[in-house]
Amino acid sequence: MKREAQRSGVFTRRALIIAGAQVAAIGGLAARLYQVQVEEGARYTTMAESNRISARLIAPPRGRLLDRGGAILAGNRLNWRALLVAEQTGDVAATLENFGRIVPLSETERARIERELRRHRRFVPIMVREFLTWEDMARIEVNAPELPGILVDVGTTREYPHGPAMAHVIGYVAPPAEADVAEDPLLSLPGIRVGRAGMERVHDTVLRGRAGAVQLEVNAVGRVIRELDRREGTQGQDVNLTIDLDLQKSVLERLGDESASAVVMDARNGEVLAMATNPSFDPSLFNSGVSQAQWVAWTSNRRAPLINKAVAGLYAPGSTFKMIVALAGFEARVITVGETVYCPGYLDFGDRRFHCWRKYGHGSVDMRAAIKVSCDCYFYEVAKRVGIDRIAAMSHRFGLGTKLDIELPGARAGHVPTRAWRIGQGKAWNIGDTIVHGIGQGFFQLTPLSLATMTARLATGRQVEPHLTRAIGGTMQRGFRPEDWPALGVAERGLQVMRDAMWAVVNEQGGTALIARLPAAPGSTAPPAQMAGKTGSVQVRNVTREQRERGFKSENLPWEYRPHALFVGYAPHDAPRYALAVVVEHGNAGSEAAAPMARDIMAATMARDPVIRSERPRVAEGGPPR
Amino acid sequence: MSVMERRLIRDNSFDITSKLFRISWLYVLLLSALAGVGYVALYSAAGGAPEPYAARHIFRFAVGLVLMLSIAMIDIRFIQKMSWLAWLGGVVLLVLVLKMGNVGKGAQRWIELGGMQWQPSELMKLCLVLGLASWFHRASWEKMGNPLFLIPPLIAVAIPVGLILKQPNLGTAVITAVVGGTVFLGAGLRWWKVVLAVGGVVAAAPIAYSHLRDYQRARIDTFLNPESDPLGAGYNIIQSKIALGSGGIWGKGYLQGTQGHLNFLPEKQTDFIFTMLAEEFGLVGSLAVLGLLACIILGGMLIALRCRHQYGRLVALGISMNFFMYVFVNIAMVMGAIPVGGVPLPLVSHGGSAMIMVMIGMGVLMSVHVHRDVEFDERQRDL
Repeated sequence: MKREAQRSGVFTRRALIIAGAQVAAIGGLAARLYQVQVEEGARYTTMAESNRISARLIAPPRGRLLDRGGAILAGNRLNWRALLVAEQTGDVAATLENFGRIVPLSETERARIERELRRHRRFVPIMVREFLTWEDMARIEVNAPELPGILVDVGTTREYPHGPAMAHVIGYVAPPAEADVAEDPLLSLPGIRVGRAGMERVHDTVLRGRAGAVQLEVNAVGRVIRELDRREGTQGQDVNLTIDLDLQKSVLERLGDESASAVVMDARNGEVLAMATNPSFDPSLFNSGVSQAQWVAWTSNRRAPLINKAVAGLYAPGSTFKMIVALAGFEARVITVGETVYCPGYLDFGDRRFHCWRKYGHGSVDMRAAIKVSCDCYFYEVAKRVGIDRIAAMSHRFGLGTKLDIELPGARAGHVPTRAWRIGQGKAWNIGDTIVHGIGQGFFQLTPLSLATMTARLATGRQVEPHLTRAIGGTMQRGFRPEDWPALGVAERGLQVMRDAMWAVVNEQGGTALIARLPAAPGSTAPPAQMAGKTGSVQVRNVTREQRERGFKSENLPWEYRPHALFVGYAPHDAPRYALAVVVEHGNAGSEAAAPMARDIMAATMARDPVIRSERPRVAEGGPPR
Repeated sequence: MSVMERRLIRDNSFDITSKLFRISWLYVLLLSALAGVGYVALYSAAGGAPEPYAARHIFRFAVGLVLMLSIAMIDIRFIQKMSWLAWLGGVVLLVLVLKMGNVGKGAQRWIELGGMQWQPSELMKLCLVLGLASWFHRASWEKMGNPLFLIPPLIAVAIPVGLILKQPNLGTAVITAVVGGTVFLGAGLRWWKVVLAVGGVVAAAPIAYSHLRDYQRARIDTFLNPESDPLGAGYNIIQSKIALGSGGIWGKGYLQGTQGHLNFLPEKQTDFIFTMLAEEFGLVGSLAVLGLLACIILGGMLIALRCRHQYGRLVALGISMNFFMYVFVNIAMVMGAIPVGGVPLPLVSHGGSAMIMVMIGMGVLMSVHVHRDVEFDERQRDL
């Protein structure tokens, strides 16, 4: 029994030690639990939330671009796409191989798919092919068992129903660059497009809208269990342009085969009603990617279809500039309205002889007559008196050679030379240079849009700026009321003389553009509205004395050496509403090539006048596809 | 102490009724409570349904409870006589499982029997405790100082541990060795020998590491740095810690655990059942479960202390220690405190054979308690 007592005693001590150790160990577990669940609880809670919640973006439909009356210029159309989810397919290469047998994939497409597969997590759908036809989709569905992980879904794509007619104004969309994606996560969604040119680019953020998001509860393998929260994005807004689609189309049609551009503006408020450039291109080609051959064809064409000549084509204004010279002289009081200048057909200055376009001269001409017959000698004289710098200052006030408020990317400010500019180039400015610039030849670089702006300002006396945006999301933008624009600050007397003279150019016997007289509206007995205007032609190459004496005829020159033909005008002459500028590259004489074109364009504009004036719905019926 | 003063029961024929009276029904209640916790947890693990886990769990517990109470009726002296036979049986089963067992997760551990998969190593732990307790039953303090006397029991430990290592199942081998060592300690092993043995194991660890299988090494490596491969081997530990931590103080609410119900938590019905409870019931719930487990462990220790014969003491100590090791390894594992080892939480985790094994052990423990005052045959001399 003694041994039993001893054993029992040893055991009891040992058992208590062991029990103590067990309690300590369990206490340790409890302490660790406290640490994990309370002290680090917040951190782990966040981790659990990020485990379970997966946020996905929803792309709102891109807003549409509409004309002033609500016609769709850039819309959305359903786009059936084949997507690949890498984690749902056993062998990506084999699946793509099978897909390629059904819908052929090019090498570049394969490379793009490979790149996107590397860039994204395995459960992110990768776009394999867009713009599937019904036959393609049917074949994909039939072969679905061989295409694990391929799913067909529908998105939207940009559609340009009027293609080339609006290409230069609307621009186009293209897939975003990687740098863009960093800016807005919305752009990482498959099939998304951003505006790359034209109004698509100008209003890109407005049109794009803001991405919505869904918060999804996902399980460990990424399967969606339920939707926790949904924030609808802001849908892209529709933008109404100032363009009148029908007018734009008839203008473009009238330009015919010429390399030409024309701008029609509302002279009262600067709204651009038509901005046509010929030749043009199909903007939808950019949506899916432009082929190398197409690109080369565009860029090597000397008529430059990708360039919007209305805002980026630079020309000397020729005789259309003469009003500016006259106004500069009038304001500087170097000549009065009634003072006459004798034109013998030339002006001698120093050892140079400056020719009038009319070999035997115009005789004595006053300001009105000088504009009407476009006498060069008169403007040589005025320019000589007033000097280039005052001419440049006056042209700037009329929007020439200054940056205009037009929204289009790539719009050029143009240039009107000054003495300081020439000296800055390390050259001297001679009076002879001033004389040449008096008839709009020389170092000028002006866009058709700025000439139309000049005409609108001449007609209204207001400092209107040309613009293309009429309403965003149905809200009219500033500038559609004429009162929005300040007065030009040029003496009304001078402007009246110019308007009268420009009326005479088109409507009075002896004017240089009688051909531009507007016809009576068909079926109307009322007297037709009358247009006031001015022609211009610009030599692109000097005519030598020898050529002149041999009876030089510019229409015999090769196309690229013929003069440009210009016309600016507005109508109706007694209540100016529409201003236009037409430039026909290498069209020879303004009165021959540009004036008839301008007449028809203005006639078309006047025919649209009731429609343009009327208050119509600004947004097309039916929203964009969702 | 009144316990010590009580008269030893010499009579072999004390009847079933008095035996039932001597059962610790409080202890049975504690075990039932734990099984109830298991029901609650498994109901949640199935996504809020009794099938396929919770209903079977409670059925098995009922079977286990009957088994336990039946075993509790068996005279402890008979169990003592059968001890070495049990040990031998366990070893034979271990050899069998090596020869013809099912391979699961790269190790031969399972024997298919009666529609359930049995791990002989679980049975072996109990048999080893019985065998060792039987050996040390009559050993005096002086005898325990004799190294020669310690050699046979050491071999009795080494053979099953070696066989389990060969499966290979490192976790169970370690637990088996620790449980065996605890019986040595209770029997009166000298402290300096304990220190020597522990020191030896620590010194041998690096050598052992080089002999480990790749998946065992991966477990240890992952344990040392779980974030090194968050989607690979470390995934389980990280997700388990996230589940625990996100439970906070009060938990996410019953059936509201996101980690568990969205399958971020691996094997939530078996090894990671505690994590699931902790996520849904928070620190309060997990400490309550931990408290219940501690009561069961210490209750077993109390049974050992109240027993008036060395055999019963050592058996109760070994069984309690085994239960403790289950609990500790499982909970430490889900908290990322020790390498993941496939050890279930007894009476809570889903799994039929493990439940039956635990209840057999509890039956033997209860037999010790029922027969705490019996006197062993006087012909057996003290050693």
